[in-house]
Amino acid sequence: MTKLRHWLGTSDIAGIVILALVILVVMPLTADIFRLNLIGKYLTYAFVAVGLVMLWGYGGILSLGQGVFFGLGGYCMAMFLKLEASDPESTKIQSTPGIPDFMDWNQITQLPLWWEPFRHLPFAIFALLFVPTLLAFIVGFAMFKRRVGGVYFAIITQAVALVLTVLIIGQQGYTGGVNGMTDLKTMLGWDVRTDSAKYILYYANAILLFGAIFLCRWIQKSKLGTLLLAMRDKEDRVRFSGYDVANFKVFVFCLAAMLCGIGGAMFALQVGFMSPSFVGIVPSIEMVIFAAVGGRNSLVGAVYGTLLVNFGKTYFSESFPQLWLFLMAALFIGVVMAFPNGFAGLFEDFVKPWLLGKREKKPETPAVPPVAPVTMQDDDVSKTVTTRTVDSGDAVSAPTTGRMGPATA
Amino acid sequence: MSNSDFVLAVEDLTVSFDGFKAIDNLTLYVDRGELRVIIGPNGAGKTTLLDLICGRTKSSGGSIKFKNQEMTELAEHAIVRAGIGRKFQTPSIYENLSVWKNLEVSFPRGRGVFGALAFKCTDDVKARIEEVAAEIGLADQLSREAGLLSHGQKQWLEIGMLLMQDPELLMLDEPIAGMSVRERELTAELLARIGKNRAMIVIEHDMDFVKKIAHKVTVMHQGKILAEGPMDKVQADPRVIDVYLGH
Repeated sequence: MTKLRHWLGTSDIAGIVILALVILVVMPLTADIFRLNLIGKYLTYAFVAVGLVMLWGYGGILSLGQGVFFGLGGYCMAMFLKLEASDPESTKIQSTPGIPDFMDWNQITQLPLWWEPFRHLPFAIFALLFVPTLLAFIVGFAMFKRRVGGVYFAIITQAVALVLTVLIIGQQGYTGGVNGMTDLKTMLGWDVRTDSAKYILYYANAILLFGAIFLCRWIQKSKLGTLLLAMRDKEDRVRFSGYDVANFKVFVFCLAAMLCGIGGAMFALQVGFMSPSFVGIVPSIEMVIFAAVGGRNSLVGAVYGTLLVNFGKTYFSESFPQLWLFLMAALFIGVVMAFPNGFAGLFEDFVKPWLLGKREKKPETPAVPPVAPVTMQDDDVSKTVTTRTVDSGDAVSAPTTGRMGPATA
Repeated sequence: MSNSDFVLAVEDLTVSFDGFKAIDNLTLYVDRGELRVIIGPNGAGKTTLLDLICGRTKSSGGSIKFKNQEMTELAEHAIVRAGIGRKFQTPSIYENLSVWKNLEVSFPRGRGVFGALAFKCTDDVKARIEEVAAEIGLADQLSREAGLLSHGQKQWLEIGMLLMQDPELLMLDEPIAGMSVRERELTAELLARIGKNRAMIVIEHDMDFVKKIAHKVTVMHQGKILAEGPMDKVQADPRVIDVYLGH
């Protein structure tokens, strides 16, 4: 425990423990299985958001195409499940029994060769991890070695998302087209549609998510994490300190892609289908919004952001379906303008100092109310100036002023 | 392009941007342990020359040899690893990291992706950080966020980050710009100390400072070398007075 504390810092542990309580205890106790399955679905997006914290928050690389990797992971898992659901017995009414139904509808009479390995779960797991990573490596290597970055990189990732969507929809005999792969039933004979399976999958997903958070936290604490921050702020200084900057960018892009792949696979398992509507540009941008709202510098914040935005989406799209997209856009603009570090940033700047101030002041001067960040006159303050003792997670941060300017990042 | 004893041999170096020759057929030799100062009017190509040596700009022709090894084809990080350090004109440090982290990240170990993942701040790294921090006068600032340092301290920190790598050739672009008189004195002493076992190229405008530190001065003008030699000789050169020092 002391080692863990040394490694993570007290506030990190507190944040992760609270999140674990929310996800592992509070949610399963309060939500019925339908809602819990829905939350499980949201938590598969959280893998993407956690990946974006590493890629965008830490590395400063904005990708608007993370849906590609989510989709690839999801399709790899869906292909395995689809093959298992398409045994000759249950597909005997097809003109070619034993192949997925959408192939039959598209006059394909034999399972394509590249589908064959997906009969085996180990291969499917290998593929869902490494197909997204490989694509990320190729795109990342081609872009970052040529010093393509910033907006140009974001646009290229959008193009990749568009290309993959078109490809999946166009090749419907091999991919199920716009409907995607539906009717996924069992995994190695285990029916994934039952309530008990949904519970198990929810927990499996949550545990994998915490694994991802721990992995990312470990990377953040390593020299590589420091280098990512350094690159984000002064890329040239890193380069002229003897580092091949592109390699680090490729690495973090691959890491984010692999996390997306895991999320996608868990999505296919829990939701029971996979379709191109989770691959394209719009879902990819939504995923960026999850991370932005939660806080792109905070792994735990990104998970909350994902949950919050998706709850909002479900609620508003049930009640005011036409308004949802506008609300989503307003939320994104609001976050970028008013609090660029998301809810986690608000927490760090306002709630945490307040909590710490309260805890410290109480014993000595109980009469004085705990003072939240001292707000100076509004007209001469446009920026928060925070003095921070670096490298101690639980050190008292003492914001000297309130109000955040738009350009604090 | 013969081999030589010089630590740095720049020969017939040319770079043109859209036909404009920023560096025009320039030849320059730097001895081991030498402190060379480059002066010249704005636009003379001083910073461009440093950019070419450290690989930031690719040359159109000519050769740059560092310890007899050709540098023009190497990537930036490979040039750094060969032993050339470069300080930028404006302090270029990681403002959000502590002074300690700034120095730690600059330590030349764990430079690959997986090396960086496995990197541990062992005792030798700690000792080196403390040694360098003492050298640059920031020993009591190690836990401070680098962005909160004064301008002069930031300049020293960047020099310290380069010292972490122990380069054989150190290139400093206007290291005392914006410094107070006292800070200038301290910087001159620092450069004299760290110059004992390495060569340095310094770009500077402040003539008193140049006089204090330079072994040899190179005057550049319009991408060419106008004069070269000891400070007093260069100062007396009528061409130098004409284009740069003024009457």
